[in-house]
Amino acid sequence: MIQKFLYLEWKAFIRSASFGTNLALKILLGFIAILYAFILLMVGIGAFYGLKKMNLDPLHEVNKFLIYYFLIDLGIRLLLQKIPVMNIRPLLALPFKRPTIVNFSIGKTLLSFFNFLHVFFFLPFTIVLLIEGYDVVSLILWHLAMFALVYSNNFLNIILTNKDNVFAVFTAIVLVLGGFQYYHYFDITTYTSVFFDGLFNTKWMFLFPVLALMGLYYYTYVYLKNNLYLDAGLSSKHEIAKTENLTWLNQFGTLGTFLKNDIKLIKRNKRSRTTVVMSLLFLFYGLIFFRENSHQPEVMRIFAGIFVSGGFLFTFGQFVPSWDSSYYPLMMTQNISYKGYLSSKWWLVVIATFISTILASFYLFYGWQVYLTIVVGAIYNIGVNSHLVLLGGAYTKTPIDLAMSKGAFGDKKAFNTNTMLLSLPKLVLPLLLYWAGSSLMNPNLGLVFVAIAGVLGFSLRDKVFSLIEKIYRTEKYKTINAYKQKS
Amino acid sequence: MIQVQNLSKSYNGTAVLKINALEIPRGQSFGLVGNNGAGKTTFFSLLLDLIQPSTGNIINNDVLVNVSENWKPFTSSFLDESFLIGYLTPEEYFYFIGDLRNQNKADVDALLVKHDEFFNGEILKNKKYLRDLSKGNQKKVGIIATLIGNPEVVILDEPFANLDPTTVSRLKKIIKELAENPNVTVLVSSHDLQHTVEVCDRIVVLNRGEIVKDIQKSPETLQELETFFAV
Repeated sequence: MIQKFLYLEWKAFIRSASFGTNLALKILLGFIAILYAFILLMVGIGAFYGLKKMNLDPLHEVNKFLIYYFLIDLGIRLLLQKIPVMNIRPLLALPFKRPTIVNFSIGKTLLSFFNFLHVFFFLPFTIVLLIEGYDVVSLILWHLAMFALVYSNNFLNIILTNKDNVFAVFTAIVLVLGGFQYYHYFDITTYTSVFFDGLFNTKWMFLFPVLALMGLYYYTYVYLKNNLYLDAGLSSKHEIAKTENLTWLNQFGTLGTFLKNDIKLIKRNKRSRTTVVMSLLFLFYGLIFFRENSHQPEVMRIFAGIFVSGGFLFTFGQFVPSWDSSYYPLMMTQNISYKGYLSSKWWLVVIATFISTILASFYLFYGWQVYLTIVVGAIYNIGVNSHLVLLGGAYTKTPIDLAMSKGAFGDKKAFNTNTMLLSLPKLVLPLLLYWAGSSLMNPNLGLVFVAIAGVLGFSLRDKVFSLIEKIYRTEKYKTINAYKQKS
Repeated sequence: MIQVQNLSKSYNGTAVLKINALEIPRGQSFGLVGNNGAGKTTFFSLLLDLIQPSTGNIINNDVLVNVSENWKPFTSSFLDESFLIGYLTPEEYFYFIGDLRNQNKADVDALLVKHDEFFNGEILKNKKYLRDLSKGNQKKVGIIATLIGNPEVVILDEPFANLDPTTVSRLKKIIKELAENPNVTVLVSSHDLQHTVEVCDRIVVLNRGEIVKDIQKSPETLQELETFFAV
């Protein structure tokens, strides 16, 4: 039975339209994964001796911060870990037992890198503790408890993915807890470390996380199994539709026609709605870099400057025209000018960047220099990156399934590792420019360089648009063909 | 209106369509019948420049379709659900198409009123997005949308499939009315011989990508086609 599924999975992977890009991204992801694994490995080994040197009990210190470790892990999972997507409908009527289908879907998530990653921290750390003479049985039980928690997070991710805005709520909780601890109002670790220490000190306490894991597995299993019906998890919810005419956009002519459509696209599909939430989160990205005691290198400030206003650009703009993939043949046979289509998307990105920049004015709290960096980042986003995303999008042939992805088995994370990887090249040039300016004179010259690049890019707008138009034309048939495949 | 010259489409050396010459005059209602894989949808896709011809070309009203896009303003088509925008309500979809074809809201409304009977109360003001409509109702929306903006060429792929019997007879009425206009060329493909004979003046039979029959309608046509397809 299982090998039949594996066979289907393999075929789905190698026969997808975006196989080439998928493979390249997978390889790149592999490298990043190895890098992170290595970092964690070093931390795992180094943590003990580092803490020992500070005359602290390493295990106790680690236990103290485990609450944050697991919370952040869950946060990262909610953001990045994909939940199983299988083409389940055709399997339902075939002689597969329902539990097998569900367990295979769950099994797929268990093999995720997001679970293995933790081996690289916990295993070396445990081994070091063993070498240093901690009690063997207690350690093994503690270790077991840790992995029960790691896998609990895995299941929590599956369960929570189907709830709206979990990630935002979650981030808020972590930020509040962290903030309280930082300013010594309330220290959650004093309560949680008792629990984590107990996992080591009390032999039977490891049963708590293990039982929790079993409970979560059972819940997920039942949840998915109950949703394995065409009118449950595999259906799309029917929303009550309301006709909106958005007549105020009529004054913009063709541009207005497309903008009307794009606004509805964003409003009425969960995947595109998430992009808006994500771009709000990007706003806070700069907090990591602009704090007074931030240990990030100076050049990274421009990196943050670009990210703060570029959230929508990276999460939405990058996937133009894939957002329209489900009705691409319509767009290609209607009386549509590529130019009108492109400028509508461009304006959408520009308006979003502009709004983000205004919202980001709270960074003025950190001084005008910081806000200036953000404004320059926005100029660069509007002038250069907005073109680059549209250009790159012309080659992105991954269809986006807007309608189907509502059931319990659908993937609706608009932001995933691919989005992140595709964004990175767009940050290299401004980083170099800023660095050049900073090393020649001072950061202000760096900002001037980046801003000039932005203005230059803006002045080339018409040229870039006709270039993209040409690509759209030459890629037309391939794109139509690729969009016919459902991911 | 439409000229086809040396048109062929092959995938990996296998020809799926090969039409040496075909001329469809303005105002004709043209029916395309054939078994699965005969090349009906391939022909329509080529006519709409959704796929590239391997050889030859199609001229639609003096426009070479795979070179220029000037055929778009006077040609409308509905091949399948990928011509619908799922997250719009039917009304919004009609107005969107209307905007693209330079029709104002009043023009579109007038057209919708005219086809109120065809919708059978299941389309308009139903608080549903297109993606939540049944296949048949989606088809109704797609077909009526092709009538927006007085097109000169209307292309419908399998319009009768998935429709209930009442709607089929209403649709036949609509197509016949459309065909009466000497400026409108209608192209319809179907598996259903009877429906096709009823609405078209000329019927072309495709078999394995080639034209095997080209009949001007006469009282014997249906009989002739049924004999041809009988095993």
